[in-house]
Amino acid sequence: MSRDIAQPAPPPADGAMRLCVENLSVSRGGRLILDRLSFSVSSGQALVVSGPNGAGKSTLLRALAGLLPHMAGSIALAGGPSDVELPQQAHYLAHSDGLKSALTVEENLDFWSRYLGQEPDPRNRSVDAALAVVGLCRIAGAPVGALSAGQKRRVALARLLVAFRPLWLLDEPLTALDRASREKFAAAMRDHCAEGGLIVAATHEPLGLDEASTLALGSAA
Amino acid sequence: MSAPLAALFLREWRVARRIGGSGAMGVVFFLTLVAIVPFAVGPDPNLLARIGPAILWIAALLATLLCLDRLFQADAEDGSLDLFHLAETPLELAVLVKCAAHWAATGLPLILAAPFLGLMLQQETMALWGVVATLLVGTPALTLIGAIGAAATVTVRRGGLLMALLVLPLTIPVLIFGVSAAEAASGGTVPFSAPFAILCAITLAALALCPFAAAAALRYLGE
Repeated sequence: MSRDIAQPAPPPADGAMRLCVENLSVSRGGRLILDRLSFSVSSGQALVVSGPNGAGKSTLLRALAGLLPHMAGSIALAGGPSDVELPQQAHYLAHSDGLKSALTVEENLDFWSRYLGQEPDPRNRSVDAALAVVGLCRIAGAPVGALSAGQKRRVALARLLVAFRPLWLLDEPLTALDRASREKFAAAMRDHCAEGGLIVAATHEPLGLDEASTLALGSAA
Repeated sequence: MSAPLAALFLREWRVARRIGGSGAMGVVFFLTLVAIVPFAVGPDPNLLARIGPAILWIAALLATLLCLDRLFQADAEDGSLDLFHLAETPLELAVLVKCAAHWAATGLPLILAAPFLGLMLQQETMALWGVVATLLVGTPALTLIGAIGAAATVTVRRGGLLMALLVLPLTIPVLIFGVSAAEAASGGTVPFSAPFAILCAITLAALALCPFAAAAALRYLGE
């Protein structure tokens, strides 16, 4: 399994955070998916995880989010508040959007802003501001069940903005998005990096981030 | 800590009220079960008066279980369950709040309907109060015990039947003391307070233990 990182990460400055993954091994269903994987991401950087289907991109993100146990190796987020565990400093965007179809867009986002963003932070955006970023202000009162797949994805992306968390773990974030929405989301990701955030994104498509480094996972066995 | 839990309660309550009215479904199921019993056992008023509390309790038990199978499955399917793992709020508290909201949306309507259905079963005033009091204290235990089954079957498609198989044996103590307290309310040799106190104790124990068991099952199955 190849582990080439295009740009070696510089050491973090004061107050900056750094995600360090060393010799991470994860198996699922008795099969070793990730074998001694090492990389690091610093504040303001984005890492694009690429690789063919089955290479372990989603597995890596779930392991980073603390949703999968790892057999060996370590995952650490240095530089953040020491009493907060890594999953609680991360946003995880999976294939599913985490939205209740019976509730309106506004109710869904309001819930996640209060549930995930318990610490008051100047970087937390209001629901209206987050919806403005993804361009969904006009349908804030619509039930999520009535939205298209792309619109639901944009609501899920707005969730990342209502509660500030430094580390974004994005699994195919651009699924079902149109060109304009991709550009808006690329701008939101650049803003997040500028605010000192870190992004690890698994994707087949260009994210629109020029300065992102790449982690290529090997082919599926 | 309380704001996120209030937000979760509000969300669960809204979802329960909007999706097909699961509370109303439970009450209709409860009504149907109670209404068909006299067809099976015959319309003898004395017999109905004697077995009425037991019928109401069994119907409440089945109606509670009927509504519980989607408690965590809906969250697992839409991805919310993964996000609960990433929140500062412990999963145990989230389970407890989800159970509280579920009970308020589906258990309370059953309790409100019980006196009217009790009249159909020839229950006297004291017996009606006994049934209402025991259901009020006992149904939270049913919801909490059912939450363990709902968590254990969260990845099973159409897990409702499996959940009932897992949970029904665990609810037997609740049923025994619930029915005996309800029967003691309308007279008998046993004082009302003895089985009622044990019922309260079972509910408190369920309150303390079940969220941990359900959260452990969710953690294990989420991997």
